[in-house]
Order: sequence, then C-alpha cells, then structure tokens
Amino acid sequence: MIIKPLLDSKAELTHGNVTKCPVVLSTRIRLARNLAAHLFPGWAAESERSEILANCFASIGSVTGMKRGYKFKIEELDDLQRKILYERHLISRELMSSNNGAGTLVSKDQSCVVMVNEEDHLRIQVLRSGFHFKRVWRTIDRIDSAIEERLPYAFSEELGYLTACPTNVGTGMRASAMMHLPGLVISNQMEKVIRAVNQLGIVVRGLFGEGSDASGSIFQISNQMTLGETEQQIIKRLSSVLESIIEQENNARGRLLEAERTKLFDKIARAYGILRSSHVMSSAEAMNLLSLIRLGLDIKLFEEENREILDRLLIESQPGHIQYSAKHLADSEERDVLRAAYLRTEFEKIQEPDFGDI
Amino acid sequence: MAKALKCNLCDNHATVHLTQILNNKIHKVDLCESCAQQKGVTDPNGFSLADLLIKSTGGEEAGADQALKCPTCGYTRRNFSKSGRLGCPDCYDYFKDTIDSILANMHKGTTHCGKVPVNARAHISLREEVSRLEEELKKAVDAERYEDAAQYRDRIQEVRKARDQNE
Ligand SMILES: [Zn+2]
Ligand SMILES: [Zn+2]
Repeated sequence: MIIKPLLDSKAELTHGNVTKCPVVLSTRIRLARNLAAHLFPGWAAESERSEILANCFASIGSVTGMKRGYKFKIEELDDLQRKILYERHLISRELMSSNNGAGTLVSKDQSCVVMVNEEDHLRIQVLRSGFHFKRVWRTIDRIDSAIEERLPYAFSEELGYLTACPTNVGTGMRASAMMHLPGLVISNQMEKVIRAVNQLGIVVRGLFGEGSDASGSIFQISNQMTLGETEQQIIKRLSSVLESIIEQENNARGRLLEAERTKLFDKIARAYGILRSSHVMSSAEAMNLLSLIRLGLDIKLFEEENREILDRLLIESQPGHIQYSAKHLADSEERDVLRAAYLRTEFEKIQEPDFGDI
Repeated sequence: MAKALKCNLCDNHATVHLTQILNNKIHKVDLCESCAQQKGVTDPNGFSLADLLIKSTGGEEAGADQALKCPTCGYTRRNFSKSGRLGCPDCYDYFKDTIDSILANMHKGTTHCGKVPVNARAHISLREEVSRLEEELKKAVDAERYEDAAQYRDRIQEVRKARDQNE
C-alpha cells in the first residue's frame, strides 16, 4: 500500500489534541490558485495536465514546510487508498474520482496539503486542530508566496487570483472551521442557526453523510464570498460568526444541563454502554455515539486525557479506515462488525462516566 | 402564476422553490425534485446557492451569443453556462459581461482587494511609476523646463524596460 507510511505516522488531525476550545475541532484555510498561461485542469488535455503535475511535484516539493512530505499521484492509488485520504481530508471528493494527471502533496505532519489538478491547478490547504485562524493564515500565506516564486500564478489586478469557477475568484480563499455542536442539535436549534448565518454569506455543511442524523453533530462552517474583501476581512467576519455560534452552543449545553440533566446523562451513559459492548455498528451510529461521548468529555464526565483517543476514533471509524484495518476487501456488513470490535477495544481504555459531583 | 415554472437546471417541472439572501439581494431558484436531490438542497445542513446561481444565470441573458469562443482556449459561452466553469484565465476577458453580472450577484464586491503576488506587485508599482513620470514630463514640457523633461523621458524608458522584462 502506497500510503502506508502516512497512516503509520502522527498527524495533526488525529494527534493535534488541542483543548482550549472544545467546540471547534479544527481550523482550515484553502487557497485556489492557477498557473499563468495554462488551461484550467477541467479543459486541459491530459498531456498538459501531466506536465503540470510533474512540474508542481518538482517545484512544490522543495518549499519549506513541504520538504520530507508525501507525494501521491491519484492514478497510482486504488479506490480504498483514495477513500482513506479523503476521510483524512487530504484529498477532496472531486480529486478522489479524478482521472490521470492529478495528485496531492502532503506535509510530514499532514497539516499542509497541495492538491494538483483538482478543479484548479492548485488547491493549497492548511489545517490545524482547534480555533487558530491567524496561525493558519500565516502558514498558508508563507507557503503560497513560496510556491508563487517558483510557479507564476494567473492573476488579474481587477479580479485577483483567477479560478476555474467564478465562485472562487479574488482571494481564492475558503476559510472554515469544523465545529462540534451537539447542544444545538439536541435542542433542535441547528436549522435556525444555519438560516441565520446563511444570510451573512456563511455556509454550513454537515460533515458526515446527509442529514443531521448521520452527522455526529459535526459541521463545517465557511465563507461563501471570495471577492471584494481582503483575506483578513473575510477571516474576521467568519470568526465573529463562529464566536457567536460557540456562545449559542455553550448556552444550549447550559440549558440542557439545567432543564434536561437526567435525560442528557442518560444519553451519554447509553452511548458509552453501546460503544463498550456492541457487536455490529454502522459508521453513522458510531459518529453519533462518539459525538455524545465528546460532549460528555466537555462537561467533565470523562477524563480530559481521552480527548485525543476520541478525535482519532472520529476519523478511524469511517468506512475506508475500517476497510484498511481489515486488510482485505470487507463488505459493509463485515465492516460494521469490525468497527464494533475496534471500538469495544478502544473503549476498554476509557473509564466509565463519572456522574458524581456534577 | 398560471405558467408552471421550469427547473433552472433542466427542463422538468419545478417543484422546489428556494430563496436565499446574499449581499442584501434576494435570489430565487426553482428546481425539479431530482435536481434538488442531486444538489443536496434537501439536505437540512445547507447547500451552496452560489453554485446553482452560475448555472441558472450563466450566459443566458438576452442576446448573449452562445457560440462566442475564447480565442486562447476555444471554450464557448455555451460550455460555461452548462458547466459553470471556465476554460482558461483569458476566458475572464472574453466572457467579461456574463461574468461581471454573476460576480456582482455572488460576491461582496467586484474588485479584488486581497493579497497580490510579488511579481504582480512589482508590475503594478512600475506601471504607477510610469504614469507618475509621464505627468511630471508633461508639467516640465508645459513649463519649458526642457532639461528636466529630458531626464523624465530617460527615466520613463528605463522603467518601461524594467516592466517589460518583468512580464
Ligand atoms: Zn431539474
Ligand atoms: Zn479561455
């Protein structure tokens, strides 16, 4: 398996373990960039795409921060490896189903990714655990400038960075935060929140599957508009929306703890019980139960040191990762058995919730 | 309304009607059941209206020549209205009218004010320097300060040369 070294090493997403703001799992910024004097990937011939890919692999591999990292050509990866990279946010859905001439560069700690020949020639992405837009912007700004020294970008004074789709033109920037919002979901306020932030040009997407059922209460919240504002203005506006969502989530949790304390404790205790003892579990169920345990951890029912295990399990319970650990082609029924067994073992390490003095 | 609405993405009868406020402008999109499903519109977690907007407004204004082609890459306006994507950076010039109206609907503004690549920055400042020198030159000529004028003329040539090398 080509991607094995990557799976065997520590990654920002699974080992970042930041606790300052438990509502925000991770912060991500991506920049869409295209090379001057080339057709966009969707319209370019395969020969041109391959030439661009080789060129980018050579030039970007030497950028500080990307050295000693990984390079994968999508055509060399089978479906399973593509799926795993997708579940780890190292390639996009579009790149997962891409044909020849596409690839991805991943930094050693897997926090920086440059996808080549996705919708745009380059999709540069930096991800950090926790709520850290300033740090993430500083990092991606530096990588972007270093790449630009090697590969001149398509840029217009009037419209900024030119992208294949006009929705990204200008800064080419999509800033997003992955948020864990069980309080708002349990108290049925999520729809109201989504509608309110939509009107501010902010988009909310469920992370896992369709509908709120399968989401594990994890949402990706990002800016929609990319032109007419500076990167700092976009980040500032998004951050203030995120801060207000954090506040609403904390209020919702506070209300649940006051008015529906026993019901909430019951949900968390049952989630723990099922994770420790079930024999068949779908990924949707796993997400929802893990989400409840994470909420339990935030309100101190579990030891803080378990957070890292939990955030790792949120990634590793997904179909591609379970498939990988099976070491053979498992169908979805077998995967559900394997997932349950895996979670049972992992939860032996986590002590029962302590409802004692809360 | 007497006339049944057509789906913005295909020709089926539209049954899903959406409104979203973006930039204080109200946008309406009408979709058939299957397109709505496909676009994830029924997903309560939200969806991107901007993507739909391109497809429903892209290049369909009255009189737009669908066969208009970008001379650099051969992409047509029809390609654009179908896919919502462009063929190459130059397409932004050739389909300017269409794109400008989409951008005005979709974004906060119509002019970039964010990061500028170093190469472009040098180019922009050289261009600004040339126009400043040209103004000085004109002033010098008007005031019959011919020695100054000659100096400005030399300087303009130097900067132009530097700019061309920079391209
Ligand atoms: Zn339709
Ligand atoms: Zn073109």
